[in-house]
Amino acid sequence: MTSPAPKLPVSLVANPRLSSWVRFTGDGRVAISPGKVEIGQGIVTALAQIAADELDVDISKVEMIRASTAASPNEGVTSGSLSIQQSGRALRQVCAEVRQRFLFAASERLGVDAALLDVDDGTISGPGNVSTSYWELSGDVSLDHDATAGAAAKSAARRAVAGHSIQRVDIPDKVFAQPRFIHDQALPGLLHGRVLRPDISGAKLIALNETAARAVPGRVAIARDGGFAGVIADAEAAAEAALKALRKGATWSAGEPLPDEDDLAGFLKSQPVETTVIDTKPALSPREHARTLRRQYTRPYIAHASIAPSCAMARWDGDRVHVWTHSQGVYLLRADLAIVLKLPAENIVVEHMEGAGCYGHNAADDVALDAVLLAKAAGGRPVRVQWSRHDEMSHAPFGAAMAIEIEADLDADNEIIGWRHAIWSNGHAARPGRAAQPALLAATEIANPYPRMISTNPPAANGGGGDRNSVPLYDFPAWTITSHRLLTMPVRTSALRTLGGQGNVFAIESLLDEIAALRGEDPIAFHLRHLRDERARDVIRAAARRAQWKPQKQAGIGHGVGFARYKNTGAYCAAIAEIEGADDIRVKRLTLAVDVGEAINPDGVINQIEGGAIQATSWVLKERVRFDRSRITSTSWTDYPILTFSEVPAVDVEIIQRPETEPVGAGEAAHGPVTAAIANAVFDCLGVRVRDLPITRDRIIAAMELAS
Amino acid sequence: MPTVQFRLNGAAIVVDADPDQMLLDVLRNRLGIAGAHFGCGAGECGACHVMVDGRAMSSCDMPMWSVENKDVVTAEGLGTVEQPHPLQRAFISEQAMQCGYCVSGILIGAAALLKRNPLPTEAEVREALDRNLCRCGSHNRMVRAVLRAASEMALP
Repeated sequence: MTSPAPKLPVSLVANPRLSSWVRFTGDGRVAISPGKVEIGQGIVTALAQIAADELDVDISKVEMIRASTAASPNEGVTSGSLSIQQSGRALRQVCAEVRQRFLFAASERLGVDAALLDVDDGTISGPGNVSTSYWELSGDVSLDHDATAGAAAKSAARRAVAGHSIQRVDIPDKVFAQPRFIHDQALPGLLHGRVLRPDISGAKLIALNETAARAVPGRVAIARDGGFAGVIADAEAAAEAALKALRKGATWSAGEPLPDEDDLAGFLKSQPVETTVIDTKPALSPREHARTLRRQYTRPYIAHASIAPSCAMARWDGDRVHVWTHSQGVYLLRADLAIVLKLPAENIVVEHMEGAGCYGHNAADDVALDAVLLAKAAGGRPVRVQWSRHDEMSHAPFGAAMAIEIEADLDADNEIIGWRHAIWSNGHAARPGRAAQPALLAATEIANPYPRMISTNPPAANGGGGDRNSVPLYDFPAWTITSHRLLTMPVRTSALRTLGGQGNVFAIESLLDEIAALRGEDPIAFHLRHLRDERARDVIRAAARRAQWKPQKQAGIGHGVGFARYKNTGAYCAAIAEIEGADDIRVKRLTLAVDVGEAINPDGVINQIEGGAIQATSWVLKERVRFDRSRITSTSWTDYPILTFSEVPAVDVEIIQRPETEPVGAGEAAHGPVTAAIANAVFDCLGVRVRDLPITRDRIIAAMELAS
Repeated sequence: MPTVQFRLNGAAIVVDADPDQMLLDVLRNRLGIAGAHFGCGAGECGACHVMVDGRAMSSCDMPMWSVENKDVVTAEGLGTVEQPHPLQRAFISEQAMQCGYCVSGILIGAAALLKRNPLPTEAEVREALDRNLCRCGSHNRMVRAVLRAASEMALP
C-alpha cells in the first residue's frame, strides 16, 4: 500500500510555484507575495510574522508585496475569515520548503551536514565558524519549483514571532499621514471621473442633455455607453461640477418598486424562492411533545458604510488596461472586467491598493469598472473615480435582510425535543468573478446591458450564506434547517461580514435564552448542558468567569449571553453584555472569550474581536437601511447613524491560546454572539423580547405593548 | 485667479484659489496633503478634520475665503517619524486603528482637545471625538491612546 501524498494547503495546490510566494531581493531583504489583501484587519502583519518565523529572518527584513494579477498567487477573495487559514498555511509551508532548499545548498557550499546548520536572521552558519546567507546563495538556489509538502514547518514551541503580539507594519504610515490609501495616490497626468447614477431605484437613463455639462470649465470628456454616463475633468471639483450639470440634463425611466420597509418579513415571505434543506437530524427515540414555541426574528438590510467612499483608478494603453483597486479579489475583479470589456484577461492588470475597511462586498469592484469605462475617453491618461457618500449608501450592495422562524418542540419539562429553523432572505453573495455574467453595477447600465445578478449563497461546505450558522451546535435530539433564497432582488444585496451568521445566531441564541428562562435555568448552565465540544464550553466558561457571571440583579441593568462557533468550523466566541435600559438601551460592557486556535498576532486578534463587537453593537442598536417605495433614503450619516465614541461600550477580550491547533480567522467571530448577548440582556433588564433588529426605543415600546 | 493666504503646518503660503473652493480640495489636490481624507463631503464624519486656529473643523465644507490669514494644521503638521507628536506615538503603542482611514481626522480632533484641555477625562475624550466616525470599532484603543498621550505630555 502506498501512503497518501502529503496534503498541501489549498492556496498552494492552486499556486504551487515557490517563487510566486517568496523572493530574496538584491538589497538583502525578502519579498513575500501573498494573494490576500490588507483591509484593515492586519493580515499583512500576521503573514509577515509567519514568513519571518519559518525563514528565520528578522521581520524588519520582510517586505510585503501588494496583490496584483501581474505576479501574485491567485488566492481568490480576501473574505470569510479565511486568510490565516489559506494564505497563512500556504506561506508557512512555502517558507519551510524554501528554508530547506537553502540549507541543502549551504550544506554543499560549506561542506557541512545540513542538519548541523542553523539560520539566524538569514545568515546560515555551522560548526567551525563557516557561514553564508540566503542572499549569497540566491543565485544558486532556484525557487522555480513546485511545493511538495516535503519539509515540515516548525513546531509551535520553536516559533519565535508567530504567537506573539507585534506592532502592525502598516500603522506608522497611517499615523504619519504617508500616502498609503488608494485615495491618496497621485499618478502623473491624473484625471478625475464621476458617474451619473439615478436616485430612483432601478431607473434607467433614457435621455441626456449634455449642453450644460459641456460648458463646465475643466471638463475633458463626457463618456456614454448606453445608460452608463459619466464625466472626466482635469480637476476633482470640475468633475463634480460637470456631474451636477449632467444630472440636470438627465431623463430617467420609472424605477422598480421597493418593499415596505416596515414589513420586511411580509415581503421576504411573499417572494418566489429557491428552497434548500440545509440539514436534518431525525429523532432516534421521539419523546413526548408537550408544546411548541414558534418565534420569528428579523434583521434589516445593513450597509457596509465604509468611512471612505469607494475609489479606483484606471489607465488604458491601446487594448490593455491597468486598474488600481481596493477590491478584495484582484483576480475575480479581472475576470468580470474581461467579460464586460470582451478582452482576454491577460490584457488587464488589476493591482491592489489599500482602501478603508469594507466589511464585505461594497462598491470597491463597481467603481473599478466605472474607472475603466471612463478612462476609455481619457486618451491614455489615468482616471481616478471616487463615489459620493450618497451613492456609496444607496448603490453599493447591502447585507441582506432576513426573516428567521424557529419552532422549538418542548417536552413537559421544557426540554427541547425538536427544532425547525427556516430562513427567508436574499442571497448573501454576488461577488464578481464567479459566474458567466458580471456582477458589476455598470455592466447593468451599458449598451447591451447584463441583467443584475441575483445574489446566491455559497455552498454549505464553504460556510453557507443565508444559512451560515443555522445548524445548531447543541445536542438537540432532532432538527430541520431550511433556507428560502429569494429569486427577486429589489434591494441589491451581497456579502456583508458574517453573511447570514449574525441573523441566525441572534435567532438561535435568543430562543435558547427564552427557553432557559422558561425553565428557570441559568443560561450559562443551559448552554453548557447542551454542548459537548470542550472548546465551546471553554469559551463560555471563560467569558462567564471574566464577567463574574452572574452579577447581582440591579434595577435598570441587564446581562445576557450569546455564543457561536463562526461558520460552525471557525473561531469559537462567547459574549456577555451588560446593558443599561431606561428610555434607551445603552450597552455598557461587553466581555468576550475567543478561541482561534493558534493566534498568530494575539493583539491583532483582540483588535479584530473588539472591532467586531463594537460594530455589532452599532448594527444592533442603530443600523437599518431606510427606503420608501421608490428610493433608498438613508444616504447620509444623519440618515444612517452608526455608534459614536460616547456610545461605545467597554470591551474586554480574553483569548484562549491553542498554539498547536490550526489557526482560523477572527474578523467575524464576535458579531453573532454580541448581537444575541445584547438582545438577551434587554430581556434581563426590561422583561421583553425584541425579535426585530435594530433594538430601538420604538421597537422596545412595541414589544412592551405586545407583552401587556 | 484670486489668491488666499494662510499658514499651513507652520509655513506661510499663498495659493491661487477660487474663494468658494473647499479647503479639502485645495489641500489634497493642490498642496499634496494626504492627512485630510474625504469621507462624506457634508461635515458629518470627521475624516477631513484639520485644525484651524487650534480648533478641529471639517475641511470638506470650508470655503477658502474663510481660511484667509488662519493657521491650518493637518496630520502632517503634528509630527514626523523622526519627531512624532505624543499622540502619534501613543496611537502606535496602542495599535489604535484597524483600517486607519479615519485616523488623521481623529488625531486632529485629539490634538485640538489636548490644546484646550491638557488632562481630559475619558468621558471628555469621547465627547470631543463624537464628531469623528470610526467604522472598524477601534474607538476604545483610540481613547486609551489619547489618554496615554495626555499623561505623557503632562510629565515635567
